Amino acid sequence: MTQAKLTPGVVPGRLSPADYADNFADVAPALIPHEARVAADRCYFCHDAPCVTACPTSIDIPLFIRQIATGTPDAAALTIFHQNILGGMCARVCPTENLCEGACVRMEAEGMPVEIGALQRFATDGMIDQSHPFTRGAPTGKRVAVVGAGPAGLSAAHRLAAKGHDVVIFEARAKAGGLNEYGIASYKTVDGFAQDEVDWLLSIGGIELRNEQRLGDQITLPALQADFDAVFLGMGLGGVNALRTDGENREHVRDAVDFIRELRQAEDLATLPVGRDVVVIGGGMTAVDAAVQSKLLGAENVTIVYRRGQERMGASDHEQHHATSSGVRILCNAMPIAVHGNGAVREVEFAYTEDMPDGSLNTTEHFRLKADQLFRAIGQRLDGAPDGIALDGGKIAVTGPGRTSLAGVWAGGDCAAGGDDLTVTAVAEGRDAAEDIHAVLMTRTAAEASGP
Amino acid sequence: MADLRSNFVGIKSPNPFWLASAPPTDKEYNVRRAFQAGWGGVVWKTLGAEGPPVVNVNGPRYGVVYGADRRVLGINNIELITDRPLEVNLREIKQVKRDYPDRALVISLMVPCDEDSWRTILKQIEDTEADGVELNFGCPHGMSERGMGSAVGQVPEYIEMVTRWVKQYSRMPCIVKLTPNITDVRKPAEAAKRGGADAVSLINTINSITSVDLDLFAPEPTIDGKGAHGGYCGPAVKPIALNMVAEIARSAETRGLPISGIGGVTTWRDAAEFMALGAGNVQVCTAAMTYGFKVVQEMISGLRDYLDSHEMELSDLIGRAVPNVTDWNQLNLNYVTKAVIDQDACIKCGRCYAACEDTSHQAIAMKPGRVFEVIEEECVACNLCLDVCPVENCITMRELAPGETDKRTGQPRGDYANWTTHPNNPMARAAE
Repeated sequence: MTQAKLTPGVVPGRLSPADYADNFADVAPALIPHEARVAADRCYFCHDAPCVTACPTSIDIPLFIRQIATGTPDAAALTIFHQNILGGMCARVCPTENLCEGACVRMEAEGMPVEIGALQRFATDGMIDQSHPFTRGAPTGKRVAVVGAGPAGLSAAHRLAAKGHDVVIFEARAKAGGLNEYGIASYKTVDGFAQDEVDWLLSIGGIELRNEQRLGDQITLPALQADFDAVFLGMGLGGVNALRTDGENREHVRDAVDFIRELRQAEDLATLPVGRDVVVIGGGMTAVDAAVQSKLLGAENVTIVYRRGQERMGASDHEQHHATSSGVRILCNAMPIAVHGNGAVREVEFAYTEDMPDGSLNTTEHFRLKADQLFRAIGQRLDGAPDGIALDGGKIAVTGPGRTSLAGVWAGGDCAAGGDDLTVTAVAEGRDAAEDIHAVLMTRTAAEASGP
Repeated sequence: MADLRSNFVGIKSPNPFWLASAPPTDKEYNVRRAFQAGWGGVVWKTLGAEGPPVVNVNGPRYGVVYGADRRVLGINNIELITDRPLEVNLREIKQVKRDYPDRALVISLMVPCDEDSWRTILKQIEDTEADGVELNFGCPHGMSERGMGSAVGQVPEYIEMVTRWVKQYSRMPCIVKLTPNITDVRKPAEAAKRGGADAVSLINTINSITSVDLDLFAPEPTIDGKGAHGGYCGPAVKPIALNMVAEIARSAETRGLPISGIGGVTTWRDAAEFMALGAGNVQVCTAAMTYGFKVVQEMISGLRDYLDSHEMELSDLIGRAVPNVTDWNQLNLNYVTKAVIDQDACIKCGRCYAACEDTSHQAIAMKPGRVFEVIEEECVACNLCLDVCPVENCITMRELAPGETDKRTGQPRGDYANWTTHPNNPMARAAE
């Protein structure tokens, strides 16, 4: 196997089956009940708790932790799911050190927060294995279209279904889940959890999922507006930013999101080719996920190169530590100048940069990194926004709970302007838009009923 | 370095830490390990009269109350006196005492409430060379149903009578162990003193049901679906024990009667508190049952460090706080304090705010940025905020200087004045 590791170029099967299994096992295994009890005991049950304020979905964290501590994890799960129906995935992928755990008063006290994310997973895991806990309200006779079965769309659909509306989700890909299914490192959500969670969520009933229905191809917004009482757009960001660098079209230069998606969908990791010298350009979670997984697939040298200072990286400290402890090198203040090679990439040329006071970058000395594979991870953008909808910074402009410039059309998640591009933010936006859609539809119904 | 050697009613031990009569002191093996670990003395688990020994249940004997992180706060037990033959216990006591002549070895006794039984047992134990006897008038479970233990301890006349017999038929120092399952602990202490007791020890365990199994609907520990009340001990009972020790220490009738303090002693600090309230030594059980015999080493070093840092001898400590235990009506009503929150130490949990706002006097303001500030105009100095604050010394109580105006009442702090002279006290008026 040593030979396979050292093979130059982008090749599959660098590792033994056992190594693949070890490398892609659950990165943060679930707490056992004893661990959960010990962790829960540390919560101070703060007044107007800062962790709740820091949570985009405002989960009542002290309450659910107290419910765990008192031996009622299912009650804890309900507390979580009432606010965040994808609380199971959020427990796995939330950058908690920037959110709830970062706000935990134990950070101030000891620098060691209550393990809120792990406790949330402990509570929610138990209920995902059970029948769906929520029931639908009385049928309203209203139909709502949801575009995209990612976190925003699923969250909106669930809340709408719970209110008694009939929901149809139009999903461009073969599976539901969005980034939960296609865009997250596989060691964060093992054993098919993303699909289990979707199945569990949909089992509330009243939600029809139609796959391989892409907005602008199989479906159009005007048609949805005509057929449904309301439309929620949650299709995420389908486009990927280009490097705009010489040689970007050479072989083995590709988008990190594609690599991550293929890895998540791979039946056998040994069939996935990976370079011996991998370079990832970018500074966010996607860059880290691509870099770490390259390393875990057996790449010998993996380097993340980010054009600005480390403090401006989108990836959280925890993610950065995970990368470096996995053997990934993080190089900051360097931007790509050219991709060299003869057909395939062989080297990437960079220039060191300095962050200037006005926000611009000043480039200095050049250097080259050996690379037989190069991943772009410099952000995604909205592709194919519907005609006539107002945009803001390239995303769908929204006011309040996701209202777009078009009457009867709401938007949320990454495709909507504002908010962080996080799973938990998408869940919150989907939920809040659903509540607003419900309020509008029911007001309209009441107005019609009392009309002349 | 402070000398911890103890002389309690003539019984000498290298330190004032004894193991109480309880499961840990039931047999030679345990007692030898205790002495090896450094315990100053042991009260051997209670012996009964000769004959077939008592039997214990064969299901669980203990129920527990936990604090955070499954820390044991209290244990209740339904174990009876020793269930081993009298002659075995006596042989072992003699052997252990021979090997550890410098340690205190006291025998706990519980026999039927008649003169013959007591005369007989005292004769039987004479040969062991033990240092003293402790009369178990305290056990609240099992034995009390048979007219012994707390059944005796709840009747002062019986205490006095049995104590007299013991002093009549034995030359050994006699310690009378008191039950807390009584309204006024001074009465049995007075009875023991009248009977000639050399000392009292307290408290024995408290009648208790620690928990109820919510599937079986039975108290714990549960024996085949049923439970009986047990005796509660451990850190949770310490406040009750401290008060009872203090009551005896400051009562005119019992003042000066030596006291062996028992009840939740877990650390050197607990021991020091008992001694400050008048205990000449302390007895420990639950801490050893929870953590093993080694805990005595922390008790020894801790008490020694405390005495050294305060330049005190052990004898200076004993009873030192007794003069400051008083009745409520003697408390200075013109002593005014106000809570002060150290903003640098505050971790912004808001528990002080929740406690004060919901359950007290609305005297803490929550300001933007989760800044919590005391509103002195409302603060009655109850100190609940301090009690619920998770950070030690983050909230403190500041004493108003004499003459300083209390913003709540608008009155300057006055000189000492208590309820007995307060204008609102009808009795005070009546006395005029």
